[in-house]
Amino acid sequence: MEADISRLGLRAKWSDLTEGMKIAGAGTSRGFHTGEWSSVKPEFIEEKCKQCLLCTPVCPDSCIPVKDKKRGAFDYEHCKGCGICVKACPFGAITMEGVN
Amino acid sequence: MAKRDRLSGNEAVAIALRQINPDVFPAFPITPSTEIPQYFASFVANGLVDTEFIPVESEHSSMSAAIGASAAGARSLTATSSCGLAYMWEELYIAASNRLPLALALVNRALSGPININCDHSDSMGARDAGWIQIYAENNQEAYDNMVQAYRISEHKDVRLPIMICQDGFITSHAVENIELLEDVEVKDFVGEYEPEDYLLNSKCPLAVGPYSVTDYYMEAKRNQAEGMRCAKQVVLEVAEEFAALSGRQYGLFEEYCLDDAERAVVMIGSAAGTTKDAIDRLRAAGEKVGLLKIRLYRPFPAEEIAGALSHVKAVAVMDRAEGYSNQGGPLGADVMAAMFRARSKAFAVNYVYGLGGRDVRVEDMEGVFADLKKIVEDGDAGETYRYLGVRE
Repeated sequence: MEADISRLGLRAKWSDLTEGMKIAGAGTSRGFHTGEWSSVKPEFIEEKCKQCLLCTPVCPDSCIPVKDKKRGAFDYEHCKGCGICVKACPFGAITMEGVN
Repeated sequence: MAKRDRLSGNEAVAIALRQINPDVFPAFPITPSTEIPQYFASFVANGLVDTEFIPVESEHSSMSAAIGASAAGARSLTATSSCGLAYMWEELYIAASNRLPLALALVNRALSGPININCDHSDSMGARDAGWIQIYAENNQEAYDNMVQAYRISEHKDVRLPIMICQDGFITSHAVENIELLEDVEVKDFVGEYEPEDYLLNSKCPLAVGPYSVTDYYMEAKRNQAEGMRCAKQVVLEVAEEFAALSGRQYGLFEEYCLDDAERAVVMIGSAAGTTKDAIDRLRAAGEKVGLLKIRLYRPFPAEEIAGALSHVKAVAVMDRAEGYSNQGGPLGADVMAAMFRARSKAFAVNYVYGLGGRDVRVEDMEGVFADLKKIVEDGDAGETYRYLGVRE
């Protein structure tokens, strides 16, 4: 069985799916863009960010990448817009419609 | 060399399982299937098999454990009856949709209520749409032979679906009959080693089983699953052919008894087919053209073949050992009549509910059914198509 998650899309025919919807291979969720599910997304306001990194571990979808001890831009391909990071930020550096 | 023996249906299935030597057998007891894991547990204790036998706390757990073992890459099975099957409901669909080729030795028993331990088919008939292959036996020999063939069908690469091997509670499960067993090595060679392509314990390739499917994919997933069922019929025939070469015993999708030139036919499943054969023998001796179509493979349903085999008859009685509460009859009646309608049959068809909760079916009862069919042909009118046989009116 091939792990070709990229075949999954709105044009995938029934015969394109794997038997029993089994997914073979590791790390295949990277290729599955669950970010499509949400209608609103958090916004990162970089000038307010103190790089405390409290937002990073609370993200359920690991959508806040960290490099050289600094967080980067949101991975919107996987962010489901839950808004937890907005609540976690002490400095108002993350905003999202509907979350105070 | 075949061995002649006298065994109950449960013993026969347990011996088939010993010969198959499956990897994992989780079980929870329920009458009348209890003896199957009970006999098997003695084989485990005596070191006759290598199977991991897991006594679990419920049927929900026994099927879950069988599913988990199968997903892990093991050849697994369990056994149950009646409410035990009902308690597995959720898991039945999980096993089928995940395309896990495991087996269930089902000993048919009525569902509660009223609570009853005897035979009817309401348990497995209720599971007919769960995506499992269902094969039924008339007698102990067939229960044994079907069990030996089960994994070859279920594990076939074009199928990969769970399989239910059904026999009638007490009537075959506990009654002792003469039986012919294959040699252990013959069964071992026939069934072969299980070599799954994808399995959870494969360290070389991690695997996710049973992922969530959003609306965008669920329907494609179900259509994909249906493909396994579409291939099952051909595989059942191929395996039966190989089995015939080994054992000398012929199996098909169904058995035809005196059906070739029959004007009136009964369609039924399970042990009462033997009783019907006796009724046919008596009536044939009196010159009456009567016959039987005994279903072996009920899921997938071989509709075209059944309609073809019945194409020449004038009247058919479809016998359901389960109520459907549709006010129309039972599930087999609905399936057979739909098959005949699609084939543009002009035959009269009636549906009897019979044998519920172990109600005895006698040769005279089945002669009565053929007499009813005779009247239907003479009158040119099926009359009431939803009938009961053997109920006190």
